[in-house]
Amino acid sequence: MREHTAKITPPRALWVPFELGRPLGVPGNAGFQIRVLQTALRLLEAPSGPVLVDFPEDAPPVPNDATLPACPVSFAPLPEELSAADRMRATLQREIGQLRPWYDLAVSARGRTTVGVSRLTPEEIGAFIGAFLDGHTPPNPRSDIPIAALFRYAVEDLKAYYCEAIAAQPRQKAVDSQTLADWFWRETMAGRVLFAVQEVCQHSDVPGMPVVAASFLIPRARSAESPFAKA
Amino acid sequence: MARLEQVHPAMRASLLAMECPTFDTHPWVAGPALRQRRVALISTAGLHRRDDRPFAVTSGNARAIAGDYRVIPHGIAANDLVMSHVSTNFDRTGFQQDWNVVFPLDRLHELARDGVIGSVAAFHYSLMGATDPSYMEASAHELARLLTQDQVNAVLLVPV
Repeated sequence: MREHTAKITPPRALWVPFELGRPLGVPGNAGFQIRVLQTALRLLEAPSGPVLVDFPEDAPPVPNDATLPACPVSFAPLPEELSAADRMRATLQREIGQLRPWYDLAVSARGRTTVGVSRLTPEEIGAFIGAFLDGHTPPNPRSDIPIAALFRYAVEDLKAYYCEAIAAQPRQKAVDSQTLADWFWRETMAGRVLFAVQEVCQHSDVPGMPVVAASFLIPRARSAESPFAKA
Repeated sequence: MARLEQVHPAMRASLLAMECPTFDTHPWVAGPALRQRRVALISTAGLHRRDDRPFAVTSGNARAIAGDYRVIPHGIAANDLVMSHVSTNFDRTGFQQDWNVVFPLDRLHELARDGVIGSVAAFHYSLMGATDPSYMEASAHELARLLTQDQVNAVLLVPV
């Protein structure tokens, strides 16, 4: 933040007004990114310092025709005898399957994906995270890292899978980050499952799991939206 | 980055309460013209090659892994760079859509091709930060040595 930079006074700093997570401003806009970079690099030509310069442009707005992503279509009803947790798990897997063609299309179109830190497939991720809903700890599918670490990586992979997939749907390429986040946390079973799992795992006796659940699962800005938080 | 007033109130309070180190001295180093600069990127976005170890934090080891960094070769393919930062409080969809939003390596190569900068460093680095900066001092010295070895004379420290 600019306030921090002004206190620390590094030799050269360019403050940018972009949202956290987007230091170069906007995806897919090389011209804008070049302008940010060149402004930063020109600080090397300042005769003396410390210098703190404000980048003069805001990030270009998202085009007006961007719309909320379509919710995953409704599925055939699930058997009535399923428990609430089983229904959530089944719906999550259906949702992941529903998004798979779009995810594959997104990967093909962009030539890349950020999914994969957990080294689980999206379907395995859904099963792994869903397994925590009952308060039990599933077997660790990996032997090289603690289950709490894998859990965190799987959650981030799940979020990335959803956001990469939905951005491949018609007219969703330019949807802004706020709209994507609103969709994920309010409209998807994945978001609902993560809220539920957070409640459960905060009381886990697995080393590291309560910290992951409390601090590294749900963005602070979304924590009040949990339908499972106790009053 | 970001205007404090646009950040969620819960985040804003946390950011305002953050202690920042201050310094009695203000080092300043001049160098060659920009077109002669060899430029490296250092990101605090918790980036790493796909087959490299993800960043990890567990209670009790925060200081031990504070200076943990990953090496990113200049010729890395975009699909080979992933993110495992511990924070959930910044947008990742920009990086998902275009790695240059967080790690502008393509843009640096273009600037070198156009003669705006001299060259792009052979190696770039990423840390996670999210810790007391003093815990990272040893790694900072190590990275400075590596950058000098790579003949780098300009570094873009890109936060997230």
